[in-house]
Amino acid sequence: MQIIKDREIIEDKWLHLDDEAEVIAGNFTISLARWQAEHESLVKHESGLGLRLTGEDPLEEVVPDLASFSLIVLNFPAFTDGRCYSFARLLRDRYGYKGEIRAQGDILHDQLFYMTQCGINSFEMANQQRIADAIPAFDDFSESYQTTVLKPEPLYRRR
Amino acid sequence: MYQYDNYDQAMVDQRVAQYRDQTRRYLAGELTEEQFRPLRLMNGLYVQIHAPMLRVAVPYGLMSSKQVRKMADVSRRYDKGYVHFTTRTNFQLNWPALETVPDILAELASVQMHAIQSSGNCIRNTTSDQLAGVHAGEIEDPRPWCEIIRQWSTFHPEFAYLPRKFKIAVIGSEEDRAATQLHDIGLHLVKNHEGEVGFEVLVGGGLGRTPIVGTQIRPFLEKKDLLSYLEAILRVYNRLGRRDNKYKARIKITVREHGINHIRELVEAEWVQIREQLELDSKEIERVKSHFIEPDYDATAAADESFVTTLAEDTAFARWVKQNVIDHKVAGYKVAYISLKAPGVPPGDISADQLDLVADLADEFSLGEIRASHNQNLLLSDIKQGDLYALWLRLQAEGLATANINTLNDMICCPGLDFCGLANATSIPLAKEINERFDDLDYLYDLGDIKIKMSGCMNGCAHQSVGHIGILGVDKKGEEWYQFTLGGSSEADAAIGQRLGRAIPKDQVVDTVATLIDVFKELRHEDELFLATVRRVGVDPFKERVYADN
Repeated sequence: MQIIKDREIIEDKWLHLDDEAEVIAGNFTISLARWQAEHESLVKHESGLGLRLTGEDPLEEVVPDLASFSLIVLNFPAFTDGRCYSFARLLRDRYGYKGEIRAQGDILHDQLFYMTQCGINSFEMANQQRIADAIPAFDDFSESYQTTVLKPEPLYRRR
Repeated sequence: MYQYDNYDQAMVDQRVAQYRDQTRRYLAGELTEEQFRPLRLMNGLYVQIHAPMLRVAVPYGLMSSKQVRKMADVSRRYDKGYVHFTTRTNFQLNWPALETVPDILAELASVQMHAIQSSGNCIRNTTSDQLAGVHAGEIEDPRPWCEIIRQWSTFHPEFAYLPRKFKIAVIGSEEDRAATQLHDIGLHLVKNHEGEVGFEVLVGGGLGRTPIVGTQIRPFLEKKDLLSYLEAILRVYNRLGRRDNKYKARIKITVREHGINHIRELVEAEWVQIREQLELDSKEIERVKSHFIEPDYDATAAADESFVTTLAEDTAFARWVKQNVIDHKVAGYKVAYISLKAPGVPPGDISADQLDLVADLADEFSLGEIRASHNQNLLLSDIKQGDLYALWLRLQAEGLATANINTLNDMICCPGLDFCGLANATSIPLAKEINERFDDLDYLYDLGDIKIKMSGCMNGCAHQSVGHIGILGVDKKGEEWYQFTLGGSSEADAAIGQRLGRAIPKDQVVDTVATLIDVFKELRHEDELFLATVRRVGVDPFKERVYADN
């Protein structure tokens, strides 16, 4: 599958592992439930380990473990569910997470600008056929009024 | 008023381009109806019974004459030559074609207007007091703070997909003309014991199916902390607000389910983390305030003697002045309401020709600015008393001098079944009938302030639950019935009205209003206002008579 990462279309190198599926050798992501149940064995995994979160998950409980993950996948079951925008902000601004943050689910290109401002840097687009059409959407707006992950100073300090 | 700089202008221009592309994708079949819906809503575009409806933001109700002329122009070229003002001081076009909306938005952007976030589950247009800056009792002009909030809330990347819509209102005086206690966040500029001005913050007010009066979350917030505190509330709400049931998704329900104390703890804990980063600097506050500095009022305005003469000579003018004109904080100046509740006209509607006249009058007599009020009327806020008569003559010639502000006929009324896809019952035709029944102005003045608010369904767009008399249309087996409430208020004494009793059939609605007024006249003490009488005697005397008659 192709994804957009840091504004480029690339082949995805990650596998999203079901809770029942056997652990494989390469990069994979797991749910929070699986992490909580099996973290002692999972920390020994030699390739990349990623964590999948939904807006229902208790973000703050995961914070002490963030260093174990090189990818956090935030799930948007419907693009109208905006909880994970706050998750991304907090992961970057408050908890200092430097790894990849990926949006997965009902991701249309109309959300890319906002998501990027909140610190999400990779995207599994809902529409794989039109993935290239999405790239210009990163530049829908040249400025934001607010303090964002990309621009930590609000516009009024730059005016 | 605030003028866009290059940054502000780029933002609305880029929005037009973005929306043009979204519309193109939708029309080309690249976006489904379901995918397009939230996108068009965030640009104020609804799809109603007959046609789409475009809601355009009027930030804190303030418009320039240039903007008003553009509204007239757009309504002629893209719609049916009239616009409708809403209770949140926005205006609506009722008949635009979906394909032309990007062009309409481009026209509006040319005069610094937009439809950004005028609908959808995001932070909506911030509203305020229509007398901001011209009212004598004011603690501080709330408009610069509204503009600061407008910019912070515009395209806020974290809060574009909230559980539900989110409305903020700001006032700077003790009287509440903006229904702040019925907003998701209400901000009151207040003075603390040290004489410093800051904000009292209310949260969790709202109307609709579950009307709730807001609760104080913080008695005093320093001005520099405004944005960090708002951001803290929004972040807590974005994470905690219910997403499983849209009728339980407003912050009023979050507050009710978790309790104000718990919400306050969460907000304050979040706030301390972001307070410093989001602190407003005085440079920015001064930059925005510089757009709202007091004009050079004419010190000789009060010396005019013609005003007193015309008042004595023309009783119709005197009547209009008594009902529609109020004092300005500067001697010799007046504030005039232009009633959009003329008999036979749907409440809040104004034609393109009338808009042009209002723009001309604003240029000639009132510093080129026009204001919209929560009650769906317009105002000219800075008129020399010596100019009032000339102004009134011109308003009268265009049907804009109806002297009924705050009377029973100054109704708030939703579009109802005639336009709206959600409505269960009609409202505009009933408003017209009430207007016709109470057509004697002297009788209306004698009754004093009575706020009737009528909605065609329980979404409550006309705020019936806070009407002195609230009328709610309900559907009973395909027939239109109306549920009455009494004693509500959206002002400083905010309260949710009490139910009168069982719903009333459509053909008895006007008679019921008349009965309520009869009972009031019998029970009122001298010049007591309707609301005071209802609060003193309760709903029972009204109930007995209404249901005895039926």
